[in-house]
Amino acid sequence: MRRVYFDNNATTPVLPEVLQAMQPYFSEHFGNASSIHHHGQETRAAVERARESVASLLGCRSSEIVLTSGGTEGDNLAIFGLVRTGDHVITSTIEHHAVLNSCKRLQESSCEVSYIQVDGRGLVDPDDVRRALRPNTKLITIMMANNETGVIQPVEEIGKIAAEADVYFHTDAVQAAGKIPINVKSMQCDVLSISGHKMHAPQGVGALYVRKGTLLQALFYGGSHERSRRAGTENVPGIVGLGKAAELAAEGFTNGSIEKMRALRDRLEKAVLAELGSAGVNGEGASRVSNTTNVFFDYIDGEALVIALDLKGLAVSTGAACSSGAIEPSHVLTAMGVTADRARASLRFSLGKQNTENEIDFALQLVPPTVARLRDLSPVYNRDTVSQ
Amino acid sequence: MTNTVQASIESTPPDQTRGDLKLPIYLDNQATTPVDPRVLEAMLPYFTEKFGNPASRSHRFGWAADEAVQTARTQVADLIGASPKEVLFTSGGTEGDNLAIKGAAYAGKARGNHIITVVTEHKAVLDSCKHLETEGVQVTYLPVQKDGLIDLDQLVGAITDRTILVTIMHSNNEIGVLQPIVEIGRVCRQRGILFHTDAAQSIAKAPVNVTSQNIDLLSFSGHKLYGPKGVGAVYVREGVRLSPIIDGGGHERGMRSGTLNVPGIVGLGKACAIASAEMSKEACHTAGFRNRLRDRILGSLDGCYINGSMENRVPGNLNLSFARVDGQALLMGLSDVAVSSGAACTSAKLEPSYVLKALGLSDDLANSSIRFGIGRFNTEAEIDFVADRVIEVVSQLREISL
Ligand SMILES: Cc1ncc(COP(=O)(O)O)c(C=O)c1O
Ligand SMILES: Cc1ncc(COP(=O)(O)O)c(C=O)c1O
Repeated sequence: MRRVYFDNNATTPVLPEVLQAMQPYFSEHFGNASSIHHHGQETRAAVERARESVASLLGCRSSEIVLTSGGTEGDNLAIFGLVRTGDHVITSTIEHHAVLNSCKRLQESSCEVSYIQVDGRGLVDPDDVRRALRPNTKLITIMMANNETGVIQPVEEIGKIAAEADVYFHTDAVQAAGKIPINVKSMQCDVLSISGHKMHAPQGVGALYVRKGTLLQALFYGGSHERSRRAGTENVPGIVGLGKAAELAAEGFTNGSIEKMRALRDRLEKAVLAELGSAGVNGEGASRVSNTTNVFFDYIDGEALVIALDLKGLAVSTGAACSSGAIEPSHVLTAMGVTADRARASLRFSLGKQNTENEIDFALQLVPPTVARLRDLSPVYNRDTVSQ
Repeated sequence: MTNTVQASIESTPPDQTRGDLKLPIYLDNQATTPVDPRVLEAMLPYFTEKFGNPASRSHRFGWAADEAVQTARTQVADLIGASPKEVLFTSGGTEGDNLAIKGAAYAGKARGNHIITVVTEHKAVLDSCKHLETEGVQVTYLPVQKDGLIDLDQLVGAITDRTILVTIMHSNNEIGVLQPIVEIGRVCRQRGILFHTDAAQSIAKAPVNVTSQNIDLLSFSGHKLYGPKGVGAVYVREGVRLSPIIDGGGHERGMRSGTLNVPGIVGLGKACAIASAEMSKEACHTAGFRNRLRDRILGSLDGCYINGSMENRVPGNLNLSFARVDGQALLMGLSDVAVSSGAACTSAKLEPSYVLKALGLSDDLANSSIRFGIGRFNTEAEIDFVADRVIEVVSQLREISL
């Protein structure tokens, strides 16, 4: 059975070039990068080459890159690494749980947190950030692109505000990396997190940019790895994969592949909306990363729709991949003022580097009739449309 | 014996072959191990084909990934006598030690603020404890005896009614010495104190059983047992809560958030399954080689000392001190053998190993010590080559210094 994967914001397949780059580092060049002998020197060199590639994607020096186990660890390291008891933090209501739950824990240890609301498009207003500043504000943490809607935040303006107020600025760029150019200098951010598995590198590896001179307390102790900012034996194959994926991501901005992805996304979105009424895009009116569209189909249950689509071979999701299995309306859509019913009727389509025109055709054959069939079964839909 | 031994201590350029031996010979399996080809084969589909996020509940890519993770969880649990739901996946041994120790200390704040550990622990344990000290936790660092073992009476004596955690490694990364885990576990269980053990160097080498050894918390790392780097596991006995050090989506029963590293976890699971099936056979193989190496070196050289108990020791480890030679010169002379003069984590610094110092060695002897870590893929020819090389280099260095 044909299977098409449009859930690349949950995780992406590792690209063959990336796996190929990694493969020698499992059984052949397997040394511990901290070992001083030949086997260690060999993998140390590979780790440092990968670090250069990541730094080059983000526009920083390689000494400013801390290699981590992923986006969640990076967000935690940034937040717990900078904030101390009594500090104030500014974040937004649409952050990933890695940021939101870290902030919640800060609140348990005598820190204050302000949650900036977003508008109907899912955007943070930089003036709200400015107004939230307090004398004890230590950190502003606002994501670069949202995982559910793809909406891009005004990070440059927020960075400017942070710089003027002399507070740290962290941005979760997990969903931005490889999709929009990132330059830590022009954003004036001090800390920025990315995750390998959202950009066609493997799961279990990520990176944190830490601006030179930023004093960051570690999350783990046990050795002077990563300039004492992250202890633990380096995940050499994963890091090599991240480096390769970073190179490919950078190429994507010049070889037309990002525009191609945007064209595919736009075609999918437009065609679905043209065929179906009572549907629209969450985050409409804001600039969005090129691979994501979050569409609501009123009167249907999103969970039922994703299951129906999966049965026919199309993998999509209702929003964030969720570890608890709880079916609550998305906190992101809710924060945008979307009603609970509409939030439950929303689907996220997220493309990756490997998706093709042909797969968009496949989705277009499936989605409208499946939505229509589910609506036929919906008493509410029939009542409302009959009374219209 | 097919290989010939050069009568010179000039170093051999790396990656050359001599006879049928590929140089340099890797004898540093306590620092890290190559991924077993069977492990890699199990992992490969999970990068590019079955690449789903196990937290994706809405499609088959997610379900397949979740299933693979559950299989691996069972494989890990089976190796250590746990039940699958007691196994959490981490990014490695260092994170696991941090999570177990800091997580237990934070979660146990109401019950007390005292931890007992040992001076020969890995840095991941010692530095976690040191960090807790800056936050007001009291830590007792037990000494070890000449053979590397703790004195159980000292452990019992160190326990107070504020003690919430005892963290003592299963076996040591430098000298391979196995602590009396069953007895330590029994003492802790009797006193109602949590017992954590860093089993990074014991898993797949010596029997580890959380039930018979009365272990409440145990951490280990994939890359020490022919699994991949960047993955590890923590056993958390049912009913024990750890305060997480990474917050987020609430993965791993809320104790460790972050998207699961599926290929890594599959690899760790496979590595554990292989260990379950082959450990006893492999232990004979590596212990045999270890003893052969020891006997050949000690039979030809005087002034060599074994560090740590030979009776209570993981099979593949040998740690020797060579009197009257300079440690640096020794390592350089042995450049076609990849060995370590201390733990890999600290080998960037030229300080005498704190583990060897704790056994009572002088700085000089500690500096001229070598850890030989024999593993699954070493051959008899390699062992003989290394033995000859060591004998030759040490003899020449001693002649030069006369
Ligand atoms: C915006 C955002 N931040 C952080 C994360 C967490 O990263 P990871 O999955 O690598 O733990 C994710 C993905 O789940 C994400 O989408
Ligand atoms: C006993 C011991 N504990 C912990 C660790 C750390 O594990 P990892 O290398 O996975 O961070 C190691 C290895 O370096 C070790 O030997």
